[in-house]
Amino acid sequence: MPASQPPLAPGPAVLEVRDLCRSYGELQAVDRVSFQVGPREIVGLLGPNGAGKTTTINMVLGVLQPTSGSIRIGSLDLASRRSQAMERTNFAAVYAPLPGNLTVRQNLRVFGMIYGVERLAPRIDEVLELFELGGLGDTRCGVLSSGEQTRVCLAKAMLNRPHLLLLDEPTASLDPATARDIRRVIRDFADQGPGGVLWTSHNMHEVEAVCDRVLFLSRGRILLEGNPRTLPEEHGKASLEDLFVAVAREPLTLEGVEA
Amino acid sequence: MKARRVGAVVLRQVYLLRGSLSRILPLFIWVAVDMVLWGFISRYLSTLASPGFDFVPVLLGAVLLWDFFGRVMHGVTMAFFEDVWSRNFLNFFATPMKVSEYVTGLVLTSIATSTLGLVAMIVVATGAFGLSFLAYGPLLLPFLLILFMFGIALGILSTAMVLRLGPAAEWFVWPIPGMLSPFVGVFYPLSTLPDWMQVVSRFLPPSYVFESLRAMLEGRPAHLGDLGLGLVLAGGYLLLAGQVFTRVYRHAVQSGLLARYSAESVT
Repeated sequence: MPASQPPLAPGPAVLEVRDLCRSYGELQAVDRVSFQVGPREIVGLLGPNGAGKTTTINMVLGVLQPTSGSIRIGSLDLASRRSQAMERTNFAAVYAPLPGNLTVRQNLRVFGMIYGVERLAPRIDEVLELFELGGLGDTRCGVLSSGEQTRVCLAKAMLNRPHLLLLDEPTASLDPATARDIRRVIRDFADQGPGGVLWTSHNMHEVEAVCDRVLFLSRGRILLEGNPRTLPEEHGKASLEDLFVAVAREPLTLEGVEA
Repeated sequence: MKARRVGAVVLRQVYLLRGSLSRILPLFIWVAVDMVLWGFISRYLSTLASPGFDFVPVLLGAVLLWDFFGRVMHGVTMAFFEDVWSRNFLNFFATPMKVSEYVTGLVLTSIATSTLGLVAMIVVATGAFGLSFLAYGPLLLPFLLILFMFGIALGILSTAMVLRLGPAAEWFVWPIPGMLSPFVGVFYPLSTLPDWMQVVSRFLPPSYVFESLRAMLEGRPAHLGDLGLGLVLAGGYLLLAGQVFTRVYRHAVQSGLLARYSAESVT
């Protein structure tokens, strides 16, 4: 058990992950990871490439089966009630753009039906406006810029007003101004509740600005957990970026440190 | 199963078809061309045969039924390939949608697209070559039902194969109807085949359709028992296909293949 793994906080959680493991043959991609995301909370899942972030997100989305461990979304056990759990979940990932051969509005209608969104047409108008896509509703997604495609994915992710929102590098292809707007929208989403957000990013300034709590993942294990604004100082680092570099390059020196 | 999710799968295909001439035309152009080709061949052979024997219902009718089977099968696989080509698996399967809802959506899409093809074939075969479906009588229904069920079953099995082996396995799917046609006796009686091929034929439901079709047109009693066997076999293949797809999907989730589908393998 990694020494830095904290006990799970009491109270209702929108996501509760316990002792999650995933191996590929000899490779332990995720190793006994436990954490939770509370309502109105944005939790940053940080770590170098290959740390296990996307593997963890794929398991929470139910497209990858854990080797062991459990995942609960709200009160629903993902293994036994995947469909119901996914009704209150949504995601946006830089590697999962919506089909380019449908228009923005067509894609949103298809996914809105899949997620069972009530009063779908006005809801589509709302999310288009929220992400400033109003003029692009009838444009095929494949001809949009990468930033616009990212915003369409985020619009899809908000369509069903999810209780759990999973964002895998949502601002990776956005210019700084748009990224700031998106961060504000996500922050508002969390503040208004009842949803919680699990957010991965390599932009430490962004993480500091948005996340209530961060988890540092390295080699499939959570090494540190805490407030992104105080965590660097607690570990003798000048900034979150310095702490990230330390986790990425010298994870062994941080193992055993209590988060 | 929720109808709205099934409807979403179908709606996506409707959007794709509606906006694309290159998707709509193949639904009926190739089968219409087939009708024209085999219509003239049938007409020519009729001039060589004994007076009174008409090749049109025997040959052109058989080709029409076989093309219908092919349309049904490819209707399922084409709808599935749209998600392969647009890398849509993660988006679709990381939602509340169940495998059964997804597959049902593919099947409904196939019913719509294969019906379009069937109508085009009937228009050409009856309009240009005088094929009359009255010649088949009420047996036309079990003929179509067996071919439809087997087409859906093979379509689902084919999608399971591509899901398991990766996008490149699409190549295996296209020739399947052509590979089966020698065994099911579209153009000739099964007795023409060597023994080992006849054994294979007995396990293929369309064999019973084409044998019954020829028997009926030659004035012999229709093989109702054989047609019943064909229906049971087709139903069995349909159940098997559903189970195979579900198992392959579960394997893809267990192994990590679904999340890394474009890599074709997780090893």
